[in-house]
Amino acid sequence: MTTPSDITQTIGLTTQEVFVAQEPGTTKVMGLEDVTVTFRGRPAVRGVSFDAYEKEVTALIGPSGSGKTTLLRALNRMHDTERTAAVTGKIMLGDTNVNDRSTDPTLLRSRVGMVFQRPNPFPTMSIYENAVAGLRFNGVRKKSLLDEAAESALVAAALWDSVRERLKVSASTLSGGEQQRLCIARALAVEPEVLLMDEPTSALDPIATKRIEELIGELKDRVTIIIVTHNMQQAMRVSDRCAFLLMADDRSGELIEYAPTSKLFSEPDDPRTLDYVNGRFG
Amino acid sequence: MTTLSFDSSLDPILSRRAEIQKIASSSVKRRRVYSRIGIAVCLLCLIVACIPLLAIIGYTVAKGLPAWNSAFFTKNMLPEGIPGGGLYNAIIGTVIIDAIAIAVTVPFGVLGGLFLAESDGPVAGAVRFAADVLTGVPSITIGIFGYIIWVKNFGYSGYAGALAIGIIMVPVIMRAAETALRGVPINLYEAGLALGARKATVARKVTLPVALPGLITGVLLAVARGAGETAPLIFTIFGNQFLQTNPSKPMEALPIAIYSYSSQPYNDLIEIAWGGALLLMAVILVLNVGARLASARLRRERR
Repeated sequence: MTTPSDITQTIGLTTQEVFVAQEPGTTKVMGLEDVTVTFRGRPAVRGVSFDAYEKEVTALIGPSGSGKTTLLRALNRMHDTERTAAVTGKIMLGDTNVNDRSTDPTLLRSRVGMVFQRPNPFPTMSIYENAVAGLRFNGVRKKSLLDEAAESALVAAALWDSVRERLKVSASTLSGGEQQRLCIARALAVEPEVLLMDEPTSALDPIATKRIEELIGELKDRVTIIIVTHNMQQAMRVSDRCAFLLMADDRSGELIEYAPTSKLFSEPDDPRTLDYVNGRFG
Repeated sequence: MTTLSFDSSLDPILSRRAEIQKIASSSVKRRRVYSRIGIAVCLLCLIVACIPLLAIIGYTVAKGLPAWNSAFFTKNMLPEGIPGGGLYNAIIGTVIIDAIAIAVTVPFGVLGGLFLAESDGPVAGAVRFAADVLTGVPSITIGIFGYIIWVKNFGYSGYAGALAIGIIMVPVIMRAAETALRGVPINLYEAGLALGARKATVARKVTLPVALPGLITGVLLAVARGAGETAPLIFTIFGNQFLQTNPSKPMEALPIAIYSYSSQPYNDLIEIAWGGALLLMAVILVLNVGARLASARLRRERR
């Protein structure tokens, strides 16, 4: 019988590295089945099904109005705050149905984090307080855990080196790109299983955008990422799989094609996908 | 020999995730209770804040409704002991005085508000400050001002009352107009300029029409505010037992009638005062609700 120590001795790695080096794209983290979002009874996104895998970045692409952001917001129950919105279908996170009424939205959101279009650090909190805000909201009081999680998240967001000396400074003193990375750190500190990103670079300049994109590539070992992007080149650069949404005649978004990014951009099955990725519309 | 196990303790992130999720789910009950308590406190404060309003409305309706008969609306005031008197002269007086005040102050208020919305200079700052101070000046002071400016020179009259009421309404309209006009998206203004329009043309053709729902709300709220004022009228219109439609003469108005009748020791007059109070309150309530409905409807129609 082969034991882990045998394996690790043979290939010269520690057990931990063996664990981390697990093959991406094998473990399903989030599964959508026939997800429909309606506003006042009018569908904005209709019948979307796809799976997001561990250690992968899944991108939602499509023209304006195709329901990318609407769909993303269904994945952590953000539509709960909108009285006119209704979400149907199954959204499985492990064996929890996100969309089940009995699922506590606050607990769910500690497992599914979110980063928004515009950097939105809490302006009255310091950098440190921002980083641990999610932990505090979830009832964590242990100082050592707060510090450890904050440092780990700030390191992961490539912000630690520039802010370690000024953790007590107000977060609004940071630049736009730094603020967005703080927002990523804030989401990461709760150690979510999934991180939803809604056009996280649309308010940033190209240099800050590049840094965020590099970050996304580094983060996917830690958290499964689902990203909405308006920018096809960005989807190509950062994602492993791509879901292409397009509005139907009644203007509700539908999933046209879901495929590994390289396939979707080079030889998609649907002619509409080909037209879109070649910039013939949208 | 160790056994193969992908134990979460091997990965610091996984172990931290497990710890955080454990704390989160064990504290969720407590947090839910706190949240419920917080919402309950908010609701309680809301109810407490509404009690005086509902109590006043209820009490005034109960006391005032019996006074509402045909004589109340159609007959002039009669001396105590003579039945069949009403507040016809006071109702007409209030309508005339408020109509004059509205006619004069709406242009001032709206155009002043337009200036405030378009300008951020020192003049606008001073005007804005003055308007805010004027809103806070006790209404009796404004009554005395009307007395000195108008009554000392031309005698008691409806015009003097309209002046005093108008002074109360102008800053309210001005600030409401400014807020409404500032709410118009800047890109509409720029679109107008980019077509070669002058500032005044853009304001007239684009900005003012877009802001109209807000302007109507502001004007109606200011009218409601002015119509209920008593103190400025005491010093300016004097009061009149008879119907007087000439605003250059002393007139009667609802707040004055309520004030003078309610301090009389005669039950029939006190009942009429309650009726007047109910009427005034109903008008103000209708204006307030109407202001919101009108602007909501205008906004809907435009979509």
